[in-house]
Amino acid sequence: MNSQLSHIKALEAESIHIMREVAAEFSRPVMLYSIGKDSSVMLRLAQKAFYPARPPFPLLHIDTTYKFREMTEFRDRICAELGFKLIVHVPSEAREQGVNPFKFGTQKCCALLKTKSLLDALAHGAFEAALGGARREEEKSRAKERVYSFRDVHGQWDPKNQRPEPWNLFNGRIDKGETIRVFPLSNWTELDVWEYINQENIPVVPLYFAHERQMLIRGDLLIPYMQDVPLLPGETPQTIMCRFRSLGCRFCTGAVRSTATTLPEIIDELRTVRWSERQNRIIDLDQEGSMELKKREGYF
Amino acid sequence: MEPQLLRLTTAGSVDDGKSTLIGRLLHDSDAVYEDQLQAVRKVSRGGLDLALLTDGLRAEREQGITIDVAYRYFSTPRRRFIIADTPGHEEYTRNMATGASTAELALILLDARKGVLPQTRRHACIAWLLGIRRIVFVINKMDAVAYSEEVFQGVCQELAALTEQLDGCLLHNIPVSALEGDNVVRRSDHMPWFRGDCLLEYLETLPLENTESALDFRLPVQYVIRDQPDFRAYAGQIAAGSVQVGDEVLILPSYQVTRVSTICEFERNSGSAYAPMSVSLCLDGQFDVGRGSMLCSPANPPQVAQQVQARVIWMAETPMKLHHPYLVKHTSQRVCAQVSRLISVLDVHTLNTQPATELRLNEIGTVELETHLPLFFDPYNLNRITGSFVLIDPISNQTLAAGMIEGAASRKIEKRNQMLQPGFAVWFTGLSSAGKSTISQAVYERLWAMGYKVELLDGDVVRRHISKDLGFSEEDRNENVRRIGFLADLLAKNGVIALVSAISPYRAIRDELRSKIAGFVEVYVNAPLSVCEYRDVKGLYSKARAGVLKKFTGIDDPYEPPLNPEIECRTDRETLAESVAKIMEYLETRLPVASHSASYHVKAVSTPD
Repeated sequence: MNSQLSHIKALEAESIHIMREVAAEFSRPVMLYSIGKDSSVMLRLAQKAFYPARPPFPLLHIDTTYKFREMTEFRDRICAELGFKLIVHVPSEAREQGVNPFKFGTQKCCALLKTKSLLDALAHGAFEAALGGARREEEKSRAKERVYSFRDVHGQWDPKNQRPEPWNLFNGRIDKGETIRVFPLSNWTELDVWEYINQENIPVVPLYFAHERQMLIRGDLLIPYMQDVPLLPGETPQTIMCRFRSLGCRFCTGAVRSTATTLPEIIDELRTVRWSERQNRIIDLDQEGSMELKKREGYF
Repeated sequence: MEPQLLRLTTAGSVDDGKSTLIGRLLHDSDAVYEDQLQAVRKVSRGGLDLALLTDGLRAEREQGITIDVAYRYFSTPRRRFIIADTPGHEEYTRNMATGASTAELALILLDARKGVLPQTRRHACIAWLLGIRRIVFVINKMDAVAYSEEVFQGVCQELAALTEQLDGCLLHNIPVSALEGDNVVRRSDHMPWFRGDCLLEYLETLPLENTESALDFRLPVQYVIRDQPDFRAYAGQIAAGSVQVGDEVLILPSYQVTRVSTICEFERNSGSAYAPMSVSLCLDGQFDVGRGSMLCSPANPPQVAQQVQARVIWMAETPMKLHHPYLVKHTSQRVCAQVSRLISVLDVHTLNTQPATELRLNEIGTVELETHLPLFFDPYNLNRITGSFVLIDPISNQTLAAGMIEGAASRKIEKRNQMLQPGFAVWFTGLSSAGKSTISQAVYERLWAMGYKVELLDGDVVRRHISKDLGFSEEDRNENVRRIGFLADLLAKNGVIALVSAISPYRAIRDELRSKIAGFVEVYVNAPLSVCEYRDVKGLYSKARAGVLKKFTGIDDPYEPPLNPEIECRTDRETLAESVAKIMEYLETRLPVASHSASYHVKAVSTPD
């Protein structure tokens, strides 16, 4: 046999290996599902890893309730089609207190709605291992993340005290209360993700494709306009041809000007694009090293 | 053609400009986004400090050093690259080893002004130990030596002396200036005397290692997929070789042989797969296969041993302890283990080994490891997956060491060579359906797993092969038994334990064999005729009673029980485990401690003997 796997197939094989390790070594694993493109790839990999059976873990979505309507619709449709078990966790306490990025600032809003509720949901389900779709390429503190990211009883990441991870031999041993975050897509890039989606014909949320949308222009950012977004003085929504490269909460996800309406067009666009995909994620821009700080607190 | 993946690792210390080189590689190949550049510009002190592109953690930026392994990604139309960016200080040997463990190529940086340093030797040595066979020495800071060809040649000569020790390694030297961008992504005008490719060209065009391994099929079973009540698929990532529907596979540790009935593929049906694909296989028949089992080629299986010799890189603050309970994670197996001996420690500056009494953080030692269950492995230089393991502390859960198996523990091999295993002919006699095949098979598996050379001679199989010409008269039966005896004698003389399972009904011929074969052990597998007839495993008693089968032992031909057998198994009164234990107890007191073995056998289909 003189075959070499293509780089996409090599990445797929590695990711499936990681998912099966988790299914075999943990009694209560869960897969974090954020509805985005990386999550869509994760679903397909999970389907393949355990085919013809269904994955032996549920999906967990932290629904801040600030998600796009298209996202929630997509989530419910896909999970029903695949027959995957979905747990939706709504951070009700924070919502009752009216937490939003306008009043509390993006950092505090994110800490309360995402980081804290993720930790709550993991504790509530007594999940020992949480599979997530984060990639090392996304952000520089993620570049130092292990595939098995050990978290202490408070869900915190200690970058100086990570377990060595030679070969693909993952050490998943934990004590009571400790957890492991597992990142099967560690070695994928944004381009790999789109090439795989194209190759495998994986459904994704329509927000990723360029369309004329009502937007607000704030500095360098394009913010989707909706009824509950307070307008700044003198601001009016404009119709702009754009798409989303990465999806989060509506208030904190910027769009990019784009004419890419198909998967091949998105791939072509990425080959020439000069801006990173998190450029439009407002939370990352808060301060130098902000992702590292959030991860230390328990963000995934 | 689809782009392929090249994983590389880098080594060099802060001062060699490693971060700058990687930053330059990413920047000049357009792998850095504008917003990332802006973020770096903001914190650069004057100009654009490319090193900051790769220093990810706050502490690193504050101290200006790299602490942990970071992974970088960039691509060209030809290849996708994953760079494991690892720190070079001695105290970070563990990180370098981690980065090198999955890499195919190493970039080792040198400062042109300083030439080969002790750490250069250490970096090359670690890369080589971890199985990397392509090393590029990047002679950096050529701008600081006026792009002098003489300086470059001088460093190359020093390198030649160092690299003599790196067997089978493809080596290449490139003069660069990461700061100025000479010979990194573009060829340099400052060094017209250098006619070779620039670094990126070299990385793009270097032939990839042939994934065709010297080894045949190996699939460590990670997970069992269950679906419909009877559906079982064995999932894992192929560690070596290839597999097709219909291929014969050997199951370890049970030593059963079967065939692959299906390769479960999502939305496709190619019927074949090869390393390093993640697959799931269904097998013909029902077997005890679970996580930790291995499916492999029967013609070329991995080695099996409970004592191995291995190189370990100690990664924990607490030094290695001998005879201390550790866990070994090897392929998909996690087993209890202890280090029984520290043979030597490697001096990474001289590459010599020295006897030592302790193995500490970042030291590399050769040890003997004993595991509570057998490992199915290949030497690390033949296969990185089946040859690697990590040691885990069962109390703190920390990963303590990375290990590379060199082979079954040599001490035991020496022992076997000095003290050749005495051969035996263990002769199972008894009525049809008394339990001879079942017991002999179980004993076979036990001895095999313990590492003895063992062979099973089944009367039925012998009849099909070398006694085809014989019938069932007393004369022919004696001739058949004599032939089996001859084979068993040959095996026993060569230190093999031959397990013979044959009715062999007549006492005289058995006694004749006893007098001829040294190490003859008679096992009377005894169950009353009524019990055997009730069991009638092969349906032969009913045929004999119906008169279809003539001269059937026990019905119309006599069985003469042994008068003084070494062992008697009453299979109507004792369990299989009890019978096996009796035989093992007898043999174990007469055998030396076992090492490893690599034979296997194909289970036979039965016909009457």
